[in-house]
Amino acid sequence: MRIELVKRPQRSALFSVLSPFIALALTLVAGAIMFTVLGKNPIEALYYYFVAPLSGLWNPDDVWQLHELAIKAAPLILIAVGLSICYLSNNWNIGAEGQFIVGAIVGSVLPVMFPQYESWIVLPLMLVMGVAGGAAYAAIPAFLKTRFNTNEILTSLMLVYVAQLVLDWMVRGPWRDPQGHNFPQTVQFNSSAILPELMPDSGRANWGFVFALVAALVMWFLVSRTLKGFEIKVLGQSPRAGRFAGFSSSRMVFFGFLVSGGLAGLAGISEVSGAINQLQPTISPGYGFTAIIVAFLGRLNPLGIVVAGLVLALSYLGGEAAQTAIGVSDKAVRAFQGMLLFFVLACDTLILYRIRFVRFAAKTTELAHGHA
Amino acid sequence: MQTTLEPAGQNLLEVRGLTKIFGTLKACDHIDLTIRPGEIHALLGENGAGKSTLVKMLFGSLEPNEGQIFWKGEPVRIASPGAARKLGIGMVFQHFSLFEALTAAENIALSLDDKTPISTIAAKSKALSYSYGLPLDPYALVGDLSVGERQRIEIIRCLLQTPQLIILDEPTSVLTPQEADKLFETLERLRSEGKSILYISHRLEEVKRMCDGATVLRHGKVVGHCDPRKETASSLARMMVGNEVQAVVRPPVEASAPHPALLEIRNLNRKPATPFSIPLKNISLEVDAGEVIGIAGVAGNGQGELFEAVSGEVLQQEAGAIRIGGKDAGRTGISGRRLLGAAFVPEERLGHGAAPRMKLSDNLLLSRHRTDGKAFLGALGMVQSGAIRAAAQRINEVMDVRKSAPDPEAAALSGGNLQKFIIGRELDRKPSVLVVNQPTWGVDAGAAARIRQALIELARSGSAVLVISQDLDELFEISDAIAVMHNGELSKPLPIAEASFEKIGLLMGGAEPGHVEHLKEVA
Repeated sequence: MRIELVKRPQRSALFSVLSPFIALALTLVAGAIMFTVLGKNPIEALYYYFVAPLSGLWNPDDVWQLHELAIKAAPLILIAVGLSICYLSNNWNIGAEGQFIVGAIVGSVLPVMFPQYESWIVLPLMLVMGVAGGAAYAAIPAFLKTRFNTNEILTSLMLVYVAQLVLDWMVRGPWRDPQGHNFPQTVQFNSSAILPELMPDSGRANWGFVFALVAALVMWFLVSRTLKGFEIKVLGQSPRAGRFAGFSSSRMVFFGFLVSGGLAGLAGISEVSGAINQLQPTISPGYGFTAIIVAFLGRLNPLGIVVAGLVLALSYLGGEAAQTAIGVSDKAVRAFQGMLLFFVLACDTLILYRIRFVRFAAKTTELAHGHA
Repeated sequence: MQTTLEPAGQNLLEVRGLTKIFGTLKACDHIDLTIRPGEIHALLGENGAGKSTLVKMLFGSLEPNEGQIFWKGEPVRIASPGAARKLGIGMVFQHFSLFEALTAAENIALSLDDKTPISTIAAKSKALSYSYGLPLDPYALVGDLSVGERQRIEIIRCLLQTPQLIILDEPTSVLTPQEADKLFETLERLRSEGKSILYISHRLEEVKRMCDGATVLRHGKVVGHCDPRKETASSLARMMVGNEVQAVVRPPVEASAPHPALLEIRNLNRKPATPFSIPLKNISLEVDAGEVIGIAGVAGNGQGELFEAVSGEVLQQEAGAIRIGGKDAGRTGISGRRLLGAAFVPEERLGHGAAPRMKLSDNLLLSRHRTDGKAFLGALGMVQSGAIRAAAQRINEVMDVRKSAPDPEAAALSGGNLQKFIIGRELDRKPSVLVVNQPTWGVDAGAAARIRQALIELARSGSAVLVISQDLDELFEISDAIAVMHNGELSKPLPIAEASFEKIGLLMGGAEPGHVEHLKEVA
């Protein structure tokens, strides 16, 4: 017996909408099984993962947890919104993690190299430089793809490791804080280089979350309402028709990579300036990769991505909560995210295709007749 | 099993009540068909009549929902092309499945199940090809061969398996008239050996000339069995289409009106983009206001490359190589050429002329976002979907596009209806230059006539129309002059009064233009 995927003549509109929720439900079931196998009470584990971090919604004492959610969601949404543009145009930027890091490094030039310089202009300059850094780093795979026809999946992914090592070297070498007791980290940013908190009375959430929401709204408008969005979709779906329309696919490669790289860079500098306040060897728990899941869970729709970003941010917080409360390894978060991506892609595939089982029995009858 | 002789009069193949349903569409609805040994049987029908579906069931690539197939009187179930071959059914497809980078013999070897060495296959196919008058060099690279020669490989590949029934799907659509004559000789020879042929075509003259019997399909049903030799071309056409097809009217070009050259191609050269594409060599052509110029030629002689160059999807080295409306356009992209007044309709509809997964209204925007930016786009490049939908609606009404939803995805339309939409989309702009590649390929006769008439009317209203087509009948119907493309070169256009099938056919086969001139003097 063999299994075939047969294209469905029509996509079900209902299941297109339901698919992310089904994927989420399947992830919960699979997660429960995983915790059972690990010897934990699955109900309790899922509670710590997905309910406890949200207790701020009904318990005023826990509102700070919602702020943490916004802090985690902001970079995910910012990056994923950019990636959605890139993926819609059929360009596969897998290197947002690297663009995030380079954005953070370039954006930190001012507060690290001129720590005494305090002015209102420092922060806007940092943000602009962060965007420029991320975009420039993303331009490398775009250039390689348009000039040499290189596979952008590989080049953008490999550049992630380059960026990580460059950051590691920077904070251990040239940018190490001279008064930092040899810890691999830069100086603490001065107050004019710190992204302000939104509501300092109740928690730490900063303007990064607002950037994320604004970016999502702008990109939603761009994709769904403008000619540029039409161009992105045409070139992504049928490049030859796009060329017939007079759109340039190589310019679109750059557009997709620059937008997604720029937003990843903005996420990077916002994270460093808003949440960490200095550079360290590790500044991201894999936001750039998790954002790929966010983008697909949000069905490449910027507004859907806002919701998906919050869900994935929840899994990060829940992972920390479960680690302290019931002693589950923090690797369980990765397993969760992996399962979620798997189920999202599987559900999406099954919307477009149905499974058919083909038995080999047919073959024998045919042969019998063949010799008749 | 091939050696058993059947009693005289027994049918080789008999099909009873064969039905194939796709979703709600009955592609084949209780088809009956019988083929006797030594018969050339025609399967006639318009595009979408169910010919391909029927043949695919006979060759085992589709499974029928209902009905029976009898082979030499025995009921059989043909579950795969391999099973069909084992029975003795061979097929030559309209679209070849050959690897261009391999030799003819290697391609043949790929389709044979056993592990015969290439040298044996080469020797066998060479002998076979010469004995049937289809000479073939088994060691030639397929990429270097003409379309006619590639078809020979397919035929030899099929004959090597000594089939008793050979299915030929539109075999002459890729041949010059002279090459087709040669093919007919081969078919006669096969018939005299007692082999049967199922011949699919919509060219009625051919069918009348060669076939012993015919089955006519319309909308998936058999509308009649007949002896084509006793029918006229128009009676066969009536059976296929179901009613009279309106003849296309071609009024003479107004002599008094001025006829400036609106599209000029001057010494256009293009290097091949891939090892297997055709270079364009020094092409020059002028299309004047008010006239339709046809470009004939066997498929794959550079027509696609010419279209890309003229449309601006590929730019030229020199700005003067293409001039539109008297302005140099060689360095201008497709949008810029559209702004100069030109419109283009490519050969392929899905994926080139239209984005398959996008709605018709979006596909309207596809080719007109620059020329109609004022009407279709607002501030910040906002898409005015209301205005676009209204325009799409207008085009659908004018062109009589049949669809199942108000604004369906392009892929949901039948080929003919999508083509009507795509042509309508360009005509709606009233372009001063229109370049069309294969305007009616796969379009039913009624719609084809409508499209052809529309092209003539556009020309007579003062535009220049350039039509690239493989369908000679079509070109003779609508063109004021016909030029021929062969191997990347374009002949001088012959005024329609001087053109004949024979002359154009010789040019299509690669004869020197001088030779044709000579023929004209003799005639």
